Amino acid sequence: MASALLEVAGLSKRFGGFVALDGIDLAVTAGERVGLIGPNGSGKSTLVNCICGTLTNETGTVRFNGEVVNGLLTHERTRRGMARSFQLPRPFTTLTVAENLRVPLLYTVNARPGSSLSPAELDGRCAELLQLVALADKATKLPRDLTQVEMRKLELARAMAAEPKLLIADESMAGLSQSEVDDIVNLLIQLNERGITIVLIEHIMRAVMKFSQRLVVLVSGKKIADGMPADVIRDPEVERAYLGQ
Amino acid sequence: MFSFDLVINALIAGILLGGFYAAVTIGVSISFGILDIVNIAHPAFIILGSYIAYIVNTRLGIDPIVVSVVMLPVFYLLGAGIYQVYYESFEKHGQDALRGLSFFFGLLFVTEVMLILVFGVDYRYVEAPYIGPSWRLGVMDFPLRMLVPCLTALAMFGVLQIILSYTFIGRAISAVAQDQLALRLMGASPTRIKRIAFGISIATTAVAGALLIIIQPVEPSVGREYIGRVFAICVLGGLGSLPGTVIAAMLLGIIESFTATFYGPSWAPAVAFGVLLLTLAFRPAGLLGR
Amino acid sequence: MRTRVFLLISIAVAAVVFFGARMVNNDYVFFAGYTVLQFIVLATAWNILGGYTGYVNFGSAAFFALGAYTTVFFHKAFPMPIPILIAIGGVVSGIVGLGMGYLTLRLRGAFFAIATLALAVVLQTLVVNWDYVGGSRGAYIIRPNDIAWIGPYIQYLFLLMLALVVISITIARWIERSQLGYGFATIRDDELAAEASGVPTLRLKLVATTISGALMGMAGAPFPYYIGYLQPSSAFGLEYAVNSIAMPMIGGTTSWVGPLIGAILLGSLQQIATVTISSAVNLLIVGLLLVAFVIIAPNGIVGLVQGWMRGRAK
Repeated sequence: MASALLEVAGLSKRFGGFVALDGIDLAVTAGERVGLIGPNGSGKSTLVNCICGTLTNETGTVRFNGEVVNGLLTHERTRRGMARSFQLPRPFTTLTVAENLRVPLLYTVNARPGSSLSPAELDGRCAELLQLVALADKATKLPRDLTQVEMRKLELARAMAAEPKLLIADESMAGLSQSEVDDIVNLLIQLNERGITIVLIEHIMRAVMKFSQRLVVLVSGKKIADGMPADVIRDPEVERAYLGQ
Repeated sequence: MFSFDLVINALIAGILLGGFYAAVTIGVSISFGILDIVNIAHPAFIILGSYIAYIVNTRLGIDPIVVSVVMLPVFYLLGAGIYQVYYESFEKHGQDALRGLSFFFGLLFVTEVMLILVFGVDYRYVEAPYIGPSWRLGVMDFPLRMLVPCLTALAMFGVLQIILSYTFIGRAISAVAQDQLALRLMGASPTRIKRIAFGISIATTAVAGALLIIIQPVEPSVGREYIGRVFAICVLGGLGSLPGTVIAAMLLGIIESFTATFYGPSWAPAVAFGVLLLTLAFRPAGLLGR
Repeated sequence: MRTRVFLLISIAVAAVVFFGARMVNNDYVFFAGYTVLQFIVLATAWNILGGYTGYVNFGSAAFFALGAYTTVFFHKAFPMPIPILIAIGGVVSGIVGLGMGYLTLRLRGAFFAIATLALAVVLQTLVVNWDYVGGSRGAYIIRPNDIAWIGPYIQYLFLLMLALVVISITIARWIERSQLGYGFATIRDDELAAEASGVPTLRLKLVATTISGALMGMAGAPFPYYIGYLQPSSAFGLEYAVNSIAMPMIGGTTSWVGPLIGAILLGSLQQIATVTISSAVNLLIVGLLLVAFVIIAPNGIVGLVQGWMRGRAK
C-alpha cells in the first residue's frame, strides 16, 4: 500500500467570523493524480494556501512526506518538495521569462542539501523547462509581453522548476481554448509519469475527468465527496451542489 | 510621589488627550483601515488645518472650531482631488506600494516646507474663550482647552459612525474594503466610493487641525510627531474599526499623559513608537481588528 | 565586468576625482563635494532596501544620525581614528536596522515604512534627552586643521567619503548581479510568489535592512568632524529623509547607477540653490521633483534613458 505523500487532517480556517474551511481531511498518495473541484468560493484556493503555508490554519495538521509542516514557512515547504501555481498568475514582472524560472532553480533546487548545480546545469534545466511549455522563443521577454495563455504556462513552468514531489496546479486552464487545455492536461500527465504527484484544481470538467484518478469535491468549506471520478459525479449531493449554482 | 491628585489628573488629561488623538486618527482609520491607502501625509493636512484656523482666528476673531466646520467642504474637495491623482497614477496600474508611499511622503514634505516658507518656524496659537480656564470638580481638573476638543472629537466620531452605518454611501464605504465586485453589481462605482471616502478622511483633518492648535501651539514640523501616533493608534485599535480607534486613542493618551507626568514631557513622542512596535510584534490585528 | 575589475576602476576614478579636486586649490570644492559624496552613499544605501526589495525606509536620518552620534560618544569616551569610528558606526546602525527589521518585516511593507518614520522621531527624542552626547544643546567636535600626508583636514574627510562611495556602489552592483539580487527583485515583484518559489523572504529582507542601515551609519560617522558642532536637528534633518528617497527615485531605482546619478545631479543642484536661494526653497524643489517623477517617470532617469534606447532600437 503506497504511503500518503500529503496528509491533511481536520484543517479549519476562519476569516474573522467567516468559516472558509471546516475540518478538511485529505490524503494524497505518492504518484496519484487528484482532481479538486467545487463552486466558486468553496475554499479550494484557501485550502491550497493553508497546505503551502501562505495562510495559517487555525486547527488541523498538514503532513508532508511523514513530517508535520504546520508552522513551517512557505519557502521551507517548497524546499521540501511542495510546489504550487497561483490561480491568477503572479510572475516576477521585472525579470525575463527565463529568469523567472531561474529563481526556483536557484532558491529551491540548489538550496536542497547535497545539491549544487553548476551555472551550465542551471541553464540547461531552464532551457528544458522552456521547451516543455513551448516558451523557448520567449525566454528573454518580460512577462508583460506574454499572452494570457503564455503567462499561465509560465506560472506552471515556474512551479515545475522547483522540482517538486507534489505539484498543486490552481486553475491553470481558465480561459484557454480546447486544444490548449488538452496540451496542459497532457503535460501534467507527462509530469506525473515522471513521478510527480499532482493535485489539479479546475472548473473545466473535461480536463478534470480526463486527468484525475481520484476526485475530491469541496462545497462551502466542507469536503462532500472523495473517490473515483465516475462515482463522484453521479453522487446526488455533488449534483445538487452544482445544479444549485 | 504617587499622590492621588497627580494620578487622577494625569488620567483625566490622558482621556481628554486621547479624545483629541481620536479626532486626529479617524481620517487614517478610513484611508488606511478601509481603503488600504498609506497616507502618511495625513498629519500635514492637519497642520494645514491648524494654520487656516490660525489665520482666520487672528484676522477675524472667529472661533477655530467654527472655521474648521466651514472648511470641511474645501478639505473634502482637496481629498477627493488627491485621491483622483493617486488613482490615476498608481492604483489603476496596480503599481507597487513604493511609489504610492513616495507620493504621499513627497506631499507631506512639500506641505511642511511650504508652510515654513510662508509662516516661518515660529509657534502659532489661537485665542478662544475656553483656552485658559479650567473646570474644577473637587481635586479633578478639567482644562477647557482640552475638554472642548475632546468633546468635539467625540461628536465628530459620532457623526461619522452614523454616516458609515446608516447611509447608503457610508455602508458602501464599509463594503468597498471587502467586496468590490458586489459593489459594482449594485451599481456603485468603487472608484467613486473610494474617492468620497478619501475626501471624508481629509475633511476630518480640517477639524483635527483646529483642535490641535487649541490644545497646543503649532509650527510646521509638529506634524511629524503625529505620524507615529496616528499609525500606532490605527494599528492598536485594529485597522478599519472606528470604535477601536477611539479606544486605542484613549489608551495612548493615558499612557502618554502618565509618561509626561512622571518621566517628563520630552519622552512623549517616543511612547507612541514603543506602543506601535509592541503592537506590531505581539498583536498585529490590534484590539478590535478585522 | 567582474566585480574585482569594477572595484579597481572605481578606485581609479575616485583617485582622479581626488587629485583633480586638489588641483583646483579651493577648499570649497572639498566642502561641497563632501556633501554630494555623502548623498551618493545614502542614496545607494537606501536603494539597496528600497529599490531592490521595494521596502521603503523613511527614516534614513535615524541611521545616519546613529553613526554621527556613535562618533560623538566615542570622541568623548575613548577617542579613535575616524576609519574605526566609521566601522563602529556601521555596526551600530546595522544592528539597529536588523532589530527593527526583525520586529516589523514580517508584516506588510507599509508597516515597515511607518515604523522607520517613527524610529527617526524616537531616536531623536532619545538623543535630545541624553546629555552625554550634548542633548538638545549640541556637541562640539574640534577637528584638527591638518593631517599628515594629505594636508587640510577636509581633504582627509573627502577622501574617506570617496572610499565609502566606492565601497557602497561596489556592494550595490555586486548585489545586483548575484543570486541575492534575484532574491531581492522577487521580493519586490511579488513576495508571495517569491516565498512559493523557495526564496527565504524574511531572511533576505533582514540582510537588505542590515546592509542598508550599516552603510547609512557609516556615512554618518565622519559627519561630526565635518560639521564641527552637531545638533539633533541637523543630524536628524529633513534633508536626509527626503534626499535618500528622492535621489534614487529620480535617478532610477533598478540599478546602482540610478542613485549615483540622482545624488550627483540633485546634490549639486542643492549646493547651488542653497547658496543662491535659500535652503528651504531648495528642499521644496526636491520635494516637488520627487512627486513629479513618481507620477510621471516612475523608473527615474535610468528608466527614461532605457526607454529611449529601446525606442531607438525598434
